[in-house]
Amino acid sequence: MKGRLRFARTPAGSIGLALLALVLAVALLGPLVAPHEPDVPVGIPLTGPAEGQVLGTDFLGRDVLSRVLWGGRSVLALAGAATLLAYLVGGAAGMFAGYRHGLVDGTLMRGVDVMLSVPPLIFLLVLVTGAGTSAAVLVLGVALVQAPLVARVVRTATLEQSVKGFVEAAEARGERTLAIIRRELLPNIAGPVFADAGLRFAYSIILVASVNFLGLGLQPPAADWALIISENRSGLDLNPYVILVPALLIAILAIAVNLVGDAIARTLGRSGAGEAR
Amino acid sequence: MSVAPAALTVRGLRVELASTAAVVDDVSLHVAPGEALGLVGESGSGKTTTALALLGFARPGVRIVAGEVEVAGRAVPPDDERAARALRGSRVGYVPQDPGNSLNPALRIGASIQDVLDEHVRSAPRARDVPAALASVHLPGDSAFARRFPHQLSGGQQQRVTIAMALACEPPLVVLDEPTTGLDVVTQARVLDELRRLRAERGLSLVYVSHDLAVVSQIADRLAVLYAGRVIEEGPVVEVLSRPRHPYTRGLVASIPDHVVPRRLRSMPGVAVGVGERPPGCAFAPRCPQRRERCERELPELEPIGDGREVRCFEWRATPATVFEPPAVPTPSGAVGEALLRVESLAAEHRGRHETTVAAHEVSFEIPPGGCVALVGESGSGKTTIARCIAGLHTPSGGRILLDGVPLAARAARRPVDARRRIQIVFQNPYDSLNPRHRVADSIARPARVLRGLGRQQAAGAVAELLERVRLPTRVAARFPGELSGGERQRVAIARALAAGPDLLICDEITSALDVSVQAAVLELLAELRGELGVAVLFISHDLGVVASVADRVLVLERGAVCEQGRVADVLARPQHPYTQALLDAAPRLPEAAA
Amino acid sequence: MRRVAAGVVTLLVVSALVFAGTELLPGDAAGAVLGRNAAPEQLAELRAQMGLDRPAVERYLDWLGGLVTGDLGNSAAGYAEGSRRPIWDEISGEIGNSLTLALVAALVMVPVALVLGVVSAVRAGRLTDHAISTSSLAIISLPEFIIGSLLILVFFSWLGWLSPVSLIAPGESPLAHPKQLVLPVLTLLGASLAASVRMVRAGMIDALRTDYVQMARLSGLRERTVIRRYALRNALAPSVQIFAQNIQYLVGGIIVVEYLFSYPGLGKELVDAVAIRDVREVQSVAIVIAAVYIALNIVADLLVVLLVPKLRTAA
Repeated sequence: MKGRLRFARTPAGSIGLALLALVLAVALLGPLVAPHEPDVPVGIPLTGPAEGQVLGTDFLGRDVLSRVLWGGRSVLALAGAATLLAYLVGGAAGMFAGYRHGLVDGTLMRGVDVMLSVPPLIFLLVLVTGAGTSAAVLVLGVALVQAPLVARVVRTATLEQSVKGFVEAAEARGERTLAIIRRELLPNIAGPVFADAGLRFAYSIILVASVNFLGLGLQPPAADWALIISENRSGLDLNPYVILVPALLIAILAIAVNLVGDAIARTLGRSGAGEAR
Repeated sequence: MSVAPAALTVRGLRVELASTAAVVDDVSLHVAPGEALGLVGESGSGKTTTALALLGFARPGVRIVAGEVEVAGRAVPPDDERAARALRGSRVGYVPQDPGNSLNPALRIGASIQDVLDEHVRSAPRARDVPAALASVHLPGDSAFARRFPHQLSGGQQQRVTIAMALACEPPLVVLDEPTTGLDVVTQARVLDELRRLRAERGLSLVYVSHDLAVVSQIADRLAVLYAGRVIEEGPVVEVLSRPRHPYTRGLVASIPDHVVPRRLRSMPGVAVGVGERPPGCAFAPRCPQRRERCERELPELEPIGDGREVRCFEWRATPATVFEPPAVPTPSGAVGEALLRVESLAAEHRGRHETTVAAHEVSFEIPPGGCVALVGESGSGKTTIARCIAGLHTPSGGRILLDGVPLAARAARRPVDARRRIQIVFQNPYDSLNPRHRVADSIARPARVLRGLGRQQAAGAVAELLERVRLPTRVAARFPGELSGGERQRVAIARALAAGPDLLICDEITSALDVSVQAAVLELLAELRGELGVAVLFISHDLGVVASVADRVLVLERGAVCEQGRVADVLARPQHPYTQALLDAAPRLPEAAA
Repeated sequence: MRRVAAGVVTLLVVSALVFAGTELLPGDAAGAVLGRNAAPEQLAELRAQMGLDRPAVERYLDWLGGLVTGDLGNSAAGYAEGSRRPIWDEISGEIGNSLTLALVAALVMVPVALVLGVVSAVRAGRLTDHAISTSSLAIISLPEFIIGSLLILVFFSWLGWLSPVSLIAPGESPLAHPKQLVLPVLTLLGASLAASVRMVRAGMIDALRTDYVQMARLSGLRERTVIRRYALRNALAPSVQIFAQNIQYLVGGIIVVEYLFSYPGLGKELVDAVAIRDVREVQSVAIVIAAVYIALNIVADLLVVLLVPKLRTAA
């Protein structure tokens, strides 16, 4: 198992992990230590840092620190759920297409091409117009944007493995498709497929945060970092912290996930399929 | 009047990895003007690293740390790119291994050649122009040809273009790194002719790097044999090959098949040591039949033994002469006339996106129980497709395949389990024929469980027995394929096929990815298995010499059709079809004196 | 030619998707215009006016027909005021503004990314490369609105140099206010520039590892020739695809950037339309942006064919 954690020992990987731990701590433990309720006004709107309000107040006079401490869970949960869903849908489709070749493959991949020819945000906004603004729509939308990308990676990996001697040997033995997928294909495509799971998650974060920022995802009075930035844009002059702190937190989260993802991809790429342990 | 300087002198060359392990060590070479030196070794011997160092070049990750290289009396500085660059192309030309990938796909071939001419316009006043350079390698010198892109040329033409580039500025010395390895035999023979002619016309000095002793012996005057990064034997070609003095050279010669006088191949025990694991004494000692205690402690020097020969061995006087025996082909057991497998008018095609190519047409033959039938042909002759049809991996477009008189379904999945058990296949590439995520034991046990219905315990017992059968130590069972060499993997693949208890073993170019000495060992094993188990073999190969040493009958395929078939001895001795004749003429052999 | 045809087919499929996607819910645009308390008769009247009483397929074909002839329909906002406002009139100026923004960003991105990517690849493993690679990896992970917000904090709140809001009057060219373009362009550049640099670097490193580059070096060609004529020339075709991909990404990013800076463009128009569920306008704006996106793909494919002799000679 040591080999799997090798990425943590690269400089980028360790810095990324440390940053990720920091943001996760703020997001998960924050609500426990928040001094105020996130959606109750405690003072004059948009005042700077003061006694009892370390980061000042937002445009409705709510405590910025408390809102920030509450506001990390949503982006993590939504992006996480969307990524997971994308892997389920895209993974199954990609593997099916890659192993079955022919018509199934052609149709599925044409579908992927169409999905990829629409800008992801447009896709999300169209969906929101049709299905309304809600967390479920957001998760589903982001998953649908990501699934074709996952499918493509899985398909390529499957295709590459499916022409190898050990897969053909299994076919010549007359093994069933399911057995071939489970025994021969899955163990060999898991590496390359999950190599970019970190990057997929990072992209999910970007999409979720962007839609929330546009005010078309989570609705007020929800405490969400992106939404906090969006709501208080015009109050920037009066209390810059209301923008700066959540913006930095999102930035650190995104950078950390990307650093870790990149480090994992690199170490996986270096060790190659030749190493099993 | 002074003596002309040597075309090439190398003294004490050492090339290291970043870990300071030596890839090449203490290599000294000498090439007289107009002489051709063959630099021979198997994979990992350091031959390509040496060849590149002759141009002052080291691939990323390695470094030239010691040694002097002089080309025509001028030193090639090891770490001065600029100075080395001035010599490349003008004083020493380079012909690469893989012409298809070595020509810039974005440039017309004329422009590629022109680039070299432009670079050396001052230092090489004798340089030719593009048409002359092309004409010198018998390519059309007209501008239409020069305006082609590399992908519009055949493999042979591409290699001629790289030769034209290497010779464009008339360098006195040319380094050729496996220049014919990717080509089929007929094209290879033409390129070799071309090189011989150019050498005679221009008095070129050559360093010809290859793994193939037979090819090198056709062009070189002298031979330097590399093992584990050191020259272990050097001398005139015919003498070295007919009376090798180093036990490794002897073993190498004994493992080379010959298609004119079929011989029993003898393999060397053990495997070559890798870079960084070389023992303190002689690197060959662990595999050497004549090693003494001293060999393991002390590194022998390259010792002159007269007649212009040198050997790096303390015990060279003890090296026995090579003896060749005819191959021991087991006689087929079982009733005569009863075919195990019969192929009737088989047709197959490959459907691409835009075109359909015929892979097999009206192919009929039969394999008797315990017999060995070979399919021979160049790449694209359809031999592998026929094998895949029999294994149930490719759907034929016509004809029938019968096992014991019973027609087989096209796909393996539709065949009864017993038919799948009785026909097993071993693939060409040992590096992808085993699942890298499964231990050797699991890979071998699977067919026994799926096809013979053995339980977990019984299958484990069978694994141990099969490993012994393919001459692998039992501890290999717990290993992953990544920890094994190519030859070991191919043995595991054979064990996996045998685990089903087959009556027919399809061997699809099973040795073409292996070094000759490893190939000899695998073929030796195959012959023994036939004797022990009485299993019939369908042997697919492009190498007539290999076929001659393993098969009873042979089918020669040309573009999907059988152009000749018969007993191996008859076909090779008296080929009837012009294509067979061309193949036989083109296939390189060791010099007569050595064979 | 076949690429163009394929593009048109894709666009058709996308239009169907957009149409179906926006009409997922039973509630419709007329309801959105009139609000919850609308009288049923009023609603029915507006529906008839907006054409919502007809079956979906018919409305789809109608919309499609309109697209081809340049008639994008009327906006719901217009109906809300009791008048008819053709969507085309609302967005024609915005299209120009958005194109200007994207074009300026793309024109800056391509040369900068090419230079940084190639420099980084040629100096791979050295300090310059580390600096470029690490900073691009960091920037690539940031959503546009974060980059934009941080830029606003620095250049507006602290330095007071630039304005956070774009004030461009209708009919005016954004190029008349270069200072107002700086922040949106910088924001838009961020992620796509960083991504391009990384991909150009990777492509160039691959090219530098090829046999033909080694062959060129072994033929004694000077390093500058090797890099330009051998490595870069072959890395260029993949780079074109990279740029197309990232300009597409940039086109997607324009939505957020315009919203953030209140820049009067197509993206902002779209967000506003989604917010009030102006279905017809969302459909039309979405399809216009998707068309640009697909067109970029086709142009890139054609360029690649022109750049790669093997593809060019096959055609």
